[in-house]
Amino acid sequence: MEITLNEKSIVVAADETLHKLRDRIKPEADIVIHNGHPVKDDAALARGDRVVLIKRGEKPSAEEMEALLVSRHTPGVHEKLKAATVGIAGVGGLGSSIAIALARSGVGRLILADFDIVEPSNLNRQQYFIDQLGLPKVDALKENLKRINPYVQAAPFFGRLNADNIPQAFAGVDILVEAFDAADQKAMLVETFRQKFPDTPLVAASGLAGFDSANSVTTRRAGKNFYLVGDGVNGAEPGRGLMSPRVGVAAHHQANAVLRLLLGEEP
Amino acid sequence: MNITVNGKTHQVEDTTTISQLLDTLNLDQTRVAIERNFKVVTKDEYANTPLAEGDTLEIVQFVGGG
Repeated sequence: MEITLNEKSIVVAADETLHKLRDRIKPEADIVIHNGHPVKDDAALARGDRVVLIKRGEKPSAEEMEALLVSRHTPGVHEKLKAATVGIAGVGGLGSSIAIALARSGVGRLILADFDIVEPSNLNRQQYFIDQLGLPKVDALKENLKRINPYVQAAPFFGRLNADNIPQAFAGVDILVEAFDAADQKAMLVETFRQKFPDTPLVAASGLAGFDSANSVTTRRAGKNFYLVGDGVNGAEPGRGLMSPRVGVAAHHQANAVLRLLLGEEP
Repeated sequence: MNITVNGKTHQVEDTTTISQLLDTLNLDQTRVAIERNFKVVTKDEYANTPLAEGDTLEIVQFVGGG
């Protein structure tokens, strides 16, 4: 009869049990999950059962990891994401969350660019840890992504982006995400990239500070191959800081827009 | 002459440049991205690009934070 083992379809004998299966296929497994529930006791298997065998601390192989990630996707999605290269300009509050969302989604390659290092005030919203203070953000993020999905290629660019090096840094991306902090840098990047790569989609952000309703953060088409996330008005300033929930809402709007574009949809 | 900015009609003097338009609209030249008739206009061109009758401009103004 057919069951799935670690998200792959296999055929087993009608009298197969959980422990017989484990002993045959992965005797070192110390966690057995049967139809979503971790179980200690042996049990008979039925057609269509889902079994996951895990050895604590063991990293799945690239092939297994792929099968496991794909299990949560709609069919056909994974191949498109795996083939994609996405550039993320700035890996602060927006960019670090976007990178993690795309890595978890199985995007094949991420180019991460930032000149900055991890500071304590970053931890109120950025996806870094207290033991990473002082590290270049692009290096810290690459480490974090490796711990989530080691099969995502993360290419770090540690330095300031400007009109001269942007084309080089992001040549070959399928989509570029603008995740800078300063308004004039946002304008510079948008202008430079759209002029040099008018046929490559750009997803930018403007207006995500404070704790106004999350409902006022939107994704809109602002031009050909140009999408803008945010409320357009709430800039960060004294009295209106950047806070994890709303920054996260904007970041995931951007990440969702990237996925939609990669899958052939209008954000 | 009449031009369109972000979908709205504006009346401007005949020799208005993009730079002057930005001043009139109270927009910070360093924080905007502009398309004129669906073509990107770069900042170094703002001062010497005169507008023409019927021009369609899309101007995005950025605020900080990210």
